[in-house]
Amino acid sequence: MFEYDLAVIGGGPAGLAAALSAYENGIQKIVILERDVELGGILNQCIHNGFGLHRFGEELTGPEYAQRFIDRLKDTAITVMLGTMVLELTSDKTITCVNKTEGLFTISAKAVILAMGCRERNRGPIGMPGDRGSGIFSAGCAQRYINIDGYMVGSRVVILGSGDIGLIMARRMTLEGAKVLAVAEIMPHSNGLNRNIVQCLNDFGIPLYLSHTVTEVVGRSRLEKVVISQVDSNFKPIPGTEKEFECDTLLLSVGLIPENELSRKAGVPIDPRTNGAVVYDDMQTETDGIFACGNVLHVHDLVDFVSAESEKAGRNAAEYIKNGCKPTDKTGAVVIQNGNGVSYTVPQKAVLSRVEKGLEIFFRVRQKSEKSVIEVKNNDRVIAAFKRDFLAPGEMEKITIPKKLLEGCEGTITVSVGGAK
Amino acid sequence: MVCDMYDVAIIGAGICGASAAYFLAQRKLKICVIEKENDVAMGTTKANSAIVHAGYDPKPGTLMARFNVRGAALIKELAAKLSVPYQQIGSLVLAFDDADLKLIHKLYERGVQNGVPGLQILSAEETLAKEPNLNPTVQGSLYAPTAGIVAPWELCIALCEVAAQNGCEFKLDSEVTAIENRQDHFVITTVNEKIEAKYIVNAAGVFADKICAMAGECDFTIHPSKGQYYLLDKNQGDLVRHVVFQCPTALGKGVLVSPTVEGNLIVGPNAELDNQRDDVATTRAGLDYVAATAAKTTTKINYRENVRNFSGLRAVSDKDDFIIGPAAFSPRFINVAGIKSPGLTAAPAIGEYVAELLENSGLKAEKKESYIDIRKHIVFNRLTAEEKKKLIKENPAYGNVICRCNTVTEGEILQALRSPLPPRTLDGVKRRAGTGMGRCQGGFCSPRVHEIISRELGIPFEAVELDRKGSRIVIRDMNKEDRNV
Repeated sequence: MFEYDLAVIGGGPAGLAAALSAYENGIQKIVILERDVELGGILNQCIHNGFGLHRFGEELTGPEYAQRFIDRLKDTAITVMLGTMVLELTSDKTITCVNKTEGLFTISAKAVILAMGCRERNRGPIGMPGDRGSGIFSAGCAQRYINIDGYMVGSRVVILGSGDIGLIMARRMTLEGAKVLAVAEIMPHSNGLNRNIVQCLNDFGIPLYLSHTVTEVVGRSRLEKVVISQVDSNFKPIPGTEKEFECDTLLLSVGLIPENELSRKAGVPIDPRTNGAVVYDDMQTETDGIFACGNVLHVHDLVDFVSAESEKAGRNAAEYIKNGCKPTDKTGAVVIQNGNGVSYTVPQKAVLSRVEKGLEIFFRVRQKSEKSVIEVKNNDRVIAAFKRDFLAPGEMEKITIPKKLLEGCEGTITVSVGGAK
Repeated sequence: MVCDMYDVAIIGAGICGASAAYFLAQRKLKICVIEKENDVAMGTTKANSAIVHAGYDPKPGTLMARFNVRGAALIKELAAKLSVPYQQIGSLVLAFDDADLKLIHKLYERGVQNGVPGLQILSAEETLAKEPNLNPTVQGSLYAPTAGIVAPWELCIALCEVAAQNGCEFKLDSEVTAIENRQDHFVITTVNEKIEAKYIVNAAGVFADKICAMAGECDFTIHPSKGQYYLLDKNQGDLVRHVVFQCPTALGKGVLVSPTVEGNLIVGPNAELDNQRDDVATTRAGLDYVAATAAKTTTKINYRENVRNFSGLRAVSDKDDFIIGPAAFSPRFINVAGIKSPGLTAAPAIGEYVAELLENSGLKAEKKESYIDIRKHIVFNRLTAEEKKKLIKENPAYGNVICRCNTVTEGEILQALRSPLPPRTLDGVKRRAGTGMGRCQGGFCSPRVHEIISRELGIPFEAVELDRKGSRIVIRDMNKEDRNV
């Protein structure tokens, strides 16, 4: 049995920032538990640039971005356990782990930060029918084969889903000599960042078929053909709109799912909108002393925001430990809801009395709009409004409600999009 | 020539061929199994409902009834002996109206005649008490406590491994192209070689009529019936606790809902008659039918938690019963054909019977004194904490988790790759160790399992295949390219 003040589950960008922040806020005995053989998480295979624009004001690659945090560990007393898989977490913050050197062992911690990241949705949940030969990859899996292992996965490619990983992989496959025939997206809009549509598709003349999905997959050994069809407003394929592509590779970029199997087993309540934990303004879950941040909490577009959110979690976990791990006083907490045009908010709850300068709320909108107003209501009273020139589901939004506007608020706070055009 | 002569050549390494090999390998016989695919358990055996049927369904007096009841008992025994996951969870056949209620009473009586132990007719209340998530309009059910669930490919692999340990040869990637019936033996031509054998067991599944016709006149035809399935995540696995059927129809036992031995939920199959022998593609229409039909059993299945769809072919023949016995043209050619449901359950009993049949046809052989009838198979996840600690101390590879969804360690992958019949593909490892079978479907672990296969078996990384021949995963080694052009 090992004892730590803080155990951070996951050594990707979220876990690294959270651990460093807790350390800088006075916590000494910290362990990072990482299942891979190195720190950095999925950033290690994201060799394209564009990371760190907000945080460092420069364009870094994924590994470079991760390295900036990994380098800072050297000056700390933070323990890193690599190749270590967490098998179980309990609500009393006992962690069961396994690795090659320690074997099966437990860690007891005063506080835990969940930073396990997410996984890719694959063929099953979207119910894609057809053959089950090779050549069908989740985009991230193909990315690992190419960027980490150094093996090209195919030559003629169709991509389903225009999330950021799919867009990045369209460019990556093209640069490695493959022909990307089509990117199909079931929604009438892309879920990726606008800059990725421009830089990864338009610049290479790769066609994007909006409101299209894959309706047939042919090839019992290796993929031979993919058929895509246009869908109606209920996402049902429209007969007669089929387009066939002879190809040996289909990449799926159809969404990311926070990996909360450990959290669920520990009894941490999960928000069905985000598939992540329900958290308060301090990033603490409903379970005392268990915090969550990064993609395990909600899927982010930009790692810069992951780092900022995780630092907040680390800072508050440090406060929790320094205050003797007393259960947080949650009386009078407001519930933050999504209203019209908003699909979720993080945090889902807030204790307004402890808000210092303002309450930060992250959320996503349901559809694209221009010249919109984001309206914040306490019960039925509008307390704040924020103008936005452009809103899209693929770009996470953030508002900060100044403390003075929160005075006297109780019950529910609702975030909605008004004036959408 | 004579010294290379096999006593028995079994054609087909599915569950029936494997069972025959298992029982024949107990005798002093020179036997081989000839399989066209690159692994065993590659056809119907790997894509079915994975159910051990109690035996109330087949008509009394048929081979199906006889081998079903005996097979259910044998599987229980074999699973324990060979470390194959099996759970006797019982089954329910639901009745939703008067006609259904009549039918379950008929099944009850059939079951009693077939010698199925412990059958009970349950009221609606008793049924719902056993399975609270069922559709509340259920009127009653037939409860069969001896029904169970098993990992069918693992059972097949285990039987093959034991046979291999006891001297049975496996000739994989060996499609049979011709069979010549000589006076006292057969000459089997495969894509690789000519094999001579005194006796042939034809366990070629959906190709059994083709194989039979190569050796002589075939008096049956196979008409594969495709069945499609959903396999849902473990968080749906406890929706039901028994194998839950609806009432059978002329087409078969209908759509079932059941937990699997891995803890997932399986829903299916439909029945598409006269299917192509090589078509196992799922279809939107087929899957929609399965989901719509299963909704009669329960409306609580969350299909967003679907991890995989698959389909398999039932080897339905033009006869009502299993076709098991010597061909009309030769007592030395034993057909094991038309093994539709309850074929998986019946298979071990069929294997046992095939050994008897061969003896009746003149193949006398003593039992081996030293038959190794055990298979050690470690599953990390099923061990106690103390056992896990001890195991990792002995072999640290068991401390390296490769498949995070199912907690499969490097130790278990190496165990599979060093087994008597080592797989060479990702799916071959998957069927033995469970890697990539979870909710991420190999998204994370595929490249790592791939690397271990390449390293351990000395196959170039780019030559490793996903499953059947021609299913390479990567096409080019970029590490060898000049990147400074």
